[in-house]
Amino acid sequence: MSSPSKALPAWIDVGLIPLINILLAFIVSGIVIFIIGEDPVEAVKIIVYGAFGNDYNLGYTLYYTTNFIFTGLAVAVAFHASLFNIGGEGQAYIGGLGVGLLCLALDQYFPFWIILPLAIAASGLFGAAWAYIPAYLQAYRGSHIVITTIMFNFIAFSLMNYLLVNILIEPGQMSPESRDFAEVAHIPTMQQAAAWFGIEMSNTPLNMSIFLALLSCVFVWLFMWHTRWGYAIRMLGFNENAANYSGINTQRLIVGTMCLSGVLAGFVGINEIMGVHHRVLLDFTAGAGFTGIAVALMGRNHPVGIIIASLLFGALFQGGAELSFEIPTIQVEMVKAIQGLVILFCGALAYMARPTVERIFIAMIANKAVAGEQANG
Amino acid sequence: MSVERIKTQGSEAVGGQSAPPPSIEPAIELKAISKSFGPVKANQNVDLKVLPGTIHGIIGENGAGKSTLMSILYGFYEADSGEILINGQKRKIHSSRDAISFGIGMVHQHFMLVETFTVLENVMLGAEGAPLLNKSSQSAREELLKLSKEYSLAVDPDAMTGDLPVGLQQRVEILKALYRGAEILILDEPTGVLTPQETDQLFKILDILRSRGVSIILITHKLQEIMAITDRVSVMRAGTMVSERETAETNKNELAELMVGRKVLLEVDKTDANPSEILLEAKNLSYSEDGVKKLDDVSLTLKAGEIVGIAGVSGNGQTELLAALSGICPLQTGSIKIGSVKIDSDNPKTPKEFRDLSVGHVPEDRHRMGMVTAFNAQESAIMGFHDDAAYNGKFLMDNKAVEQHCVRLMKDYDVRPEDPKLKSANFSGGNQQKLVLAREMDRHPKVLLVGQPTRGVDIGAIEYIHKNLIAMRDAGSAILVVSVELEEIMSLSDRILVMFEGRIVGEVDAKEADARQLGLLMGNAGAQTEAASSENNSNNIHSEEIPA
Amino acid sequence: MDDLYLLLLSTLDSTLRVSAPLVLCAMAGIFSERSGIIDISLEGKLLGSAFAAAVVAFETGSAFLGLGAAIVTSILMGLLHGFACITHRGNQVVSGLAINILASGLTVTLGGAWYGKGGQTETLSGDARFSPITFPGAEALVDVPVIGPLYIELISGHNLLVYIAFLAVPVTWWVLYKTRFGLRLRAVGENPQAVDTAGISVTFLRYRSVIIAGILCGIAGAYLSTGQNAAFGKEMSAGQGYIALAAMIFGKWKPVPGLLACMLFGFLDAMAVRLQGVELPGIGEIPVQFMQALPYVLTVILLAGFIGKAVAPKAIGRPYVKER
Repeated sequence: MSSPSKALPAWIDVGLIPLINILLAFIVSGIVIFIIGEDPVEAVKIIVYGAFGNDYNLGYTLYYTTNFIFTGLAVAVAFHASLFNIGGEGQAYIGGLGVGLLCLALDQYFPFWIILPLAIAASGLFGAAWAYIPAYLQAYRGSHIVITTIMFNFIAFSLMNYLLVNILIEPGQMSPESRDFAEVAHIPTMQQAAAWFGIEMSNTPLNMSIFLALLSCVFVWLFMWHTRWGYAIRMLGFNENAANYSGINTQRLIVGTMCLSGVLAGFVGINEIMGVHHRVLLDFTAGAGFTGIAVALMGRNHPVGIIIASLLFGALFQGGAELSFEIPTIQVEMVKAIQGLVILFCGALAYMARPTVERIFIAMIANKAVAGEQANG
Repeated sequence: MSVERIKTQGSEAVGGQSAPPPSIEPAIELKAISKSFGPVKANQNVDLKVLPGTIHGIIGENGAGKSTLMSILYGFYEADSGEILINGQKRKIHSSRDAISFGIGMVHQHFMLVETFTVLENVMLGAEGAPLLNKSSQSAREELLKLSKEYSLAVDPDAMTGDLPVGLQQRVEILKALYRGAEILILDEPTGVLTPQETDQLFKILDILRSRGVSIILITHKLQEIMAITDRVSVMRAGTMVSERETAETNKNELAELMVGRKVLLEVDKTDANPSEILLEAKNLSYSEDGVKKLDDVSLTLKAGEIVGIAGVSGNGQTELLAALSGICPLQTGSIKIGSVKIDSDNPKTPKEFRDLSVGHVPEDRHRMGMVTAFNAQESAIMGFHDDAAYNGKFLMDNKAVEQHCVRLMKDYDVRPEDPKLKSANFSGGNQQKLVLAREMDRHPKVLLVGQPTRGVDIGAIEYIHKNLIAMRDAGSAILVVSVELEEIMSLSDRILVMFEGRIVGEVDAKEADARQLGLLMGNAGAQTEAASSENNSNNIHSEEIPA
Repeated sequence: MDDLYLLLLSTLDSTLRVSAPLVLCAMAGIFSERSGIIDISLEGKLLGSAFAAAVVAFETGSAFLGLGAAIVTSILMGLLHGFACITHRGNQVVSGLAINILASGLTVTLGGAWYGKGGQTETLSGDARFSPITFPGAEALVDVPVIGPLYIELISGHNLLVYIAFLAVPVTWWVLYKTRFGLRLRAVGENPQAVDTAGISVTFLRYRSVIIAGILCGIAGAYLSTGQNAAFGKEMSAGQGYIALAAMIFGKWKPVPGLLACMLFGFLDAMAVRLQGVELPGIGEIPVQFMQALPYVLTVILLAGFIGKAVAPKAIGRPYVKER
């Protein structure tokens, strides 16, 4: 990505220009809806209601949000070291495998409070393992991390396919899924949790994993900006020469950063496998790893931005589903198109608007100065 | 280096007279060329006349504006103002394509060759003729062989360019220009990457070209080469053309003085050095990168209480020397002893371990290495020390302590504005440099390596930085200063080493040094001058110590 | 023996069918990447043009108009990539990824809206499809042993686009190595400054490269929906763009090795289908998923430098900026 050429006030670079980019993405999306022959304004209304209108809709929105926070953080952590982790999808998938194997192995013997921390560890460990190999190959063998992580996504699909079809499948069943976990390996849903406090809620996939997501945000924020390791990662990302000069072992740091990224992506497995499906199954990640890239780009790699962007995408996914239910001519995949546009405008074309904004800003300052002079003179 | 003075009939026709006969139209005439990059005035009102069939040298220090001027002539940049006349015709050169069409060819310092191409493909690129290669490559091959023969530029058209030694690659560049019908050839520091033998070869080629009527502009900082091959020479300094001479009527001494200028020595208030024990000793350091020797058998010692200056035109191994002495690039041959610890290729140490051995390092380029411009000041202020217990708790960094440290550094070293949260990029050059110096000096390292201490720094900050370096010396540190600013080296140092092509080619006591003598050494013209007066200066100057 | 020969022929036959779109995409990737533009958007262009071909072929009843629409769509996607990466110096991977995701979303959105079948388009028949071409003399050779089946099964009987795909390889080779344009294209991917100082526009050269990549991907897309299949289906490219990318890297960014890599990956795919449920003596059953993952595994191993060394064009991924 090209860097800004001239210094503009921070609010323009951090606030206005990203906002313009997101708006551009939404305007183009609106045009698509218009081309289909539907009313974009009506569509927005349905999406907003579909995402936030009642506790049922909100539950789904937040359930999607949980996944996107994990994968968004994963992409962001790698981005800070100027590594592009396209492998979030595969890492999340394999992370879910870790959770599943652990639950299948222990759910007959141990209580929830022993299984949960072990499952979290397993999801992170498996996710990290899947990120470790591309990272190692990048740091020590010079292969390009973008290509290897893409390849590892496909390898993960094949691996999971094999394991589910041939090994984990419940005997006597047709669909490639493992047996259901026992109750002790279920993360309480938000409905159950709310009931403990006497609050009634609709039953949605939203579960306590969202707190792990929020904790991860706090952790990433502390880690990136309040620890020496985060400091080193950011230095590596900004300026590799400076990192070398500062005595940082850049190769080890590349591997470490990617592993952390893999851990975060792997947590998707906790939400999906232990929180929602309670068994290992195919394709449960449903593109969350790729959505994480849009989330990270839009959230500018900061946990707060990522929470906002995840919420937005969560709302789009849930609202989009409602939209396609209300207006059958609009498919759920419209959300995917929007996601592509967000990546395009917030990522690849991030600086397209800047020269124009810069010109307008400078002209405005000049005008102000002239006006000021006239007023004074 | 044994460059013979080559003069041929072609050149004598023009050389020898104090003023060119008015009847001869210059091949190139530049009138009042000016070019600025932001606030930097790279060229100011530069005039230049190059007569046909001559070799015209342009000499000057780093940043004198030579390369910018040639880039304007070759259409890489457009001048802000001024005129270009080619063979008497006023021309506008907007792009390299224009320059080529006017018969200008350029051999860049970094070759513009595609390494995975054959020689023939490189020569053809951009001048293929027909859309299909079959026929045009046949005629190109014939033309190439003809040119090779005509100018004695033997090279195999089917050789892979990347596999050729640099001398031959340069030959390909020259052939490229000739193939495009260049009658005016610009060579930018052509000998920087060549061995002495290859340099001899190149000069023979240039001589042949001249005799065939090609006009050549030779940009160099090496006095030797100017004297050996050129007919006329122009001297540039600080973006302006300061003088022009017939080569035959000038000498190295005069050119060195013109090049360096009569600079007022900055007043530095300092007592005589009082060097004591050796704190760092480097022995026979050599370092190669991509087959090019960057450091060639460098040995030096740094003693407590002295400042050693490294003079030299940039790109002569200073960067690599600093990198080797600070652990940034691993040692290939030779060894470094710091106190009682010996470091060599079998016992490597990381930059962090060098730091732990009390070696401080202010890098030459603060933006490339010395700081992270996207970091705020307090983050830049702990680079290299971010693991220190003082700034860290068990898990979290103690940002309060980091901030306090930065505020103290800013107070002690007069860094303004005194705002630890301000982005490093938003400080002025001088304050950035003071922050980097503060970070390194505040540890009171036994050995301090400083690259370009005052590059891009305003006068006030320069004095301040110099004063602090001397105070540190007096406190017993050994300081190595690398600078392309000769006056800085002369005013700061107690002992001066001159680097040329990765070697240390001279050592001078600062008190006895004068700019002209150093200028000669920097252009590697000193070796011969001194060889004449004393026999034993060839290779023992490296580790010799100056009597205190 | 005869059975085995026929089995081999039919395996090779399906290898050709499977590898045809891979070959086209790999050649597209070569054009783009040899000029210095990373092209992970092969997948998106493939999908987008498959959709365009199916829609236009259905609406007009002409497979050729479908092909034209596919090519135009794919070129436009390439130009978008160029606009982001060449003009605005955006990150080439991000741009490629955006195009892939956009294509994946947009095809289903539009298809669903127009045909109401969840992204699927209407089934094509007759002239709206590229149907197999039977070569002259096939009838006569029916009874000739060895050569007969070879001619009928393997050489004759494919649709036009398959032949175009395999013709694309020598053409790519010829353009790259035998034309002025190819010389400059190879140069700009290695050292754009050398091209610039030779007085050639880096921008124009790179734009032409992404356009050619668009044309080739467009043909591949048309093959998917109007040749190999008779309609567009949701996500019908199914990662083939990425496999082609892998094959291109595996072929070290060269046309003929790239072709061989595509054939290898296509063969693995064909074998995977045939070996399903087959016990091999001494080895046992080879899982189909293993065969599917093999192209990716091989590419990773190659990239890590364990088998030979794949050296990417030197200037790849870096936007060209005139330096001071």
